[in-house]
Amino acid sequence: MSYLQLCEVSKTYGIGAAEVQAIRDVNLVVERGSLVAVMGPSGSGKSTLLTIAGSLEEPTSGDVVIDGHVLSSLSRNDKARLRRRTVGYVFQDFNLLPGLTALENVSLPMELDGVAAKRAQRTGTAALEELGLADRARHYPDELSGGERQRVAIARAVVGERSLLLADEPSGALDSANGEAVMRLILSACHRGVAAVVVTHDAQLASWADRVVFIRDGRIIDQTVPPPTPEELLEDLPDPTPGR
Amino acid sequence: MSVRHALLAFLSEGPKYGLQLRQEFETTTGEVWPLNVGQVYTTLQRLERDALIESEDGDKEDGPQKAFHITEAGRKELGDWLSTPPDLTSPPRDELVIKVLSALRVPGVSVHDVIQVHRRYLVELMQQWTRLKEDEADFDVAFALVADAELFRLDSVVRWLDTADARLKRAKLESQPAKASPVIRRRLVARR
Repeated sequence: MSYLQLCEVSKTYGIGAAEVQAIRDVNLVVERGSLVAVMGPSGSGKSTLLTIAGSLEEPTSGDVVIDGHVLSSLSRNDKARLRRRTVGYVFQDFNLLPGLTALENVSLPMELDGVAAKRAQRTGTAALEELGLADRARHYPDELSGGERQRVAIARAVVGERSLLLADEPSGALDSANGEAVMRLILSACHRGVAAVVVTHDAQLASWADRVVFIRDGRIIDQTVPPPTPEELLEDLPDPTPGR
Repeated sequence: MSVRHALLAFLSEGPKYGLQLRQEFETTTGEVWPLNVGQVYTTLQRLERDALIESEDGDKEDGPQKAFHITEAGRKELGDWLSTPPDLTSPPRDELVIKVLSALRVPGVSVHDVIQVHRRYLVELMQQWTRLKEDEADFDVAFALVADAELFRLDSVVRWLDTADARLKRAKLESQPAKASPVIRRRLVARR
């Protein structure tokens, strides 16, 4: 069942001679529980695609549908509520608030959404525990390593009832072992039913996805074919029965 | 992959039988490179001929009952091999490089489309390795090492394709065949 859908989405910045078309006629469907990677070079439009998918920006034309809601038909308040409750972002540079502890960073979005402080903290603590950060909950971002900061950012993105995870180069400047750990966490969120989109230029990160979509000059030009299932592989085997 | 030196490495732990060596080879390489018994015994015969190993039972026929141990010359050979860098200085005759260079010259063919076909294939291969690693890495470190090596190798090819794609776009080379400058050509010839 599709959870996120982009239908013929285009985005243009500037006007006249300064007009730049960042993405053109993009169609993308992301199912619940699946991880889609959007792979392209710098300036290909992949970050614009992500901000539009997460309703941080309006498309110039086309529609974005999240969990059955057509964003263009929602009021500003309804859109903001849907975004707070449903969408989690992970950015390359983590974007943690430096004056808040790891736990406060994770629980703040829930409190902003009207969840009682104690309940938000309980949920936040559970999310940090799940990512192996129980003992770092009271630490501030500058007391955490790069890998730990990114795990806090992931905890913040998937905490509560959020079911759409959007990540922009989520391994940032982390080394490849930490990059792998980040992708494993995103994948395990998908196994719990979260729909995720990761944009990256890095083939190793993209290879964790169920489907890799290639973007060039604002257009989706290609995508990977899903690997055969074990059942399909068995069907392809020659029949061992003699004489048949 | 040097089967010869891998067998010397296993024998450096102590005397072993042929079948045991085969099993250890497959386990150590994450069972990615199967090795048949014939290969094991042929390699052991050559190692014995070169005095790098000796059989425990003298002239007894090769077979499952015959154990081998490493000699001092074998230990030296193994030490030298471990610290000798493999030959990575091959000239740029890679098939994929030649396909991309050739695509530049074929009328009606977009080199960017050719690059994308290969990029997609490589990423699909990487997805398969990553899936295997996802399932196995926690239990089998040897397999994870082999999968990582393959992923980095494929990744380097994807990066080359990405760089070629961007370079060709910048240089607008699609309409004119690429020609190596005389200086570069001389360097390539010198490396062969």
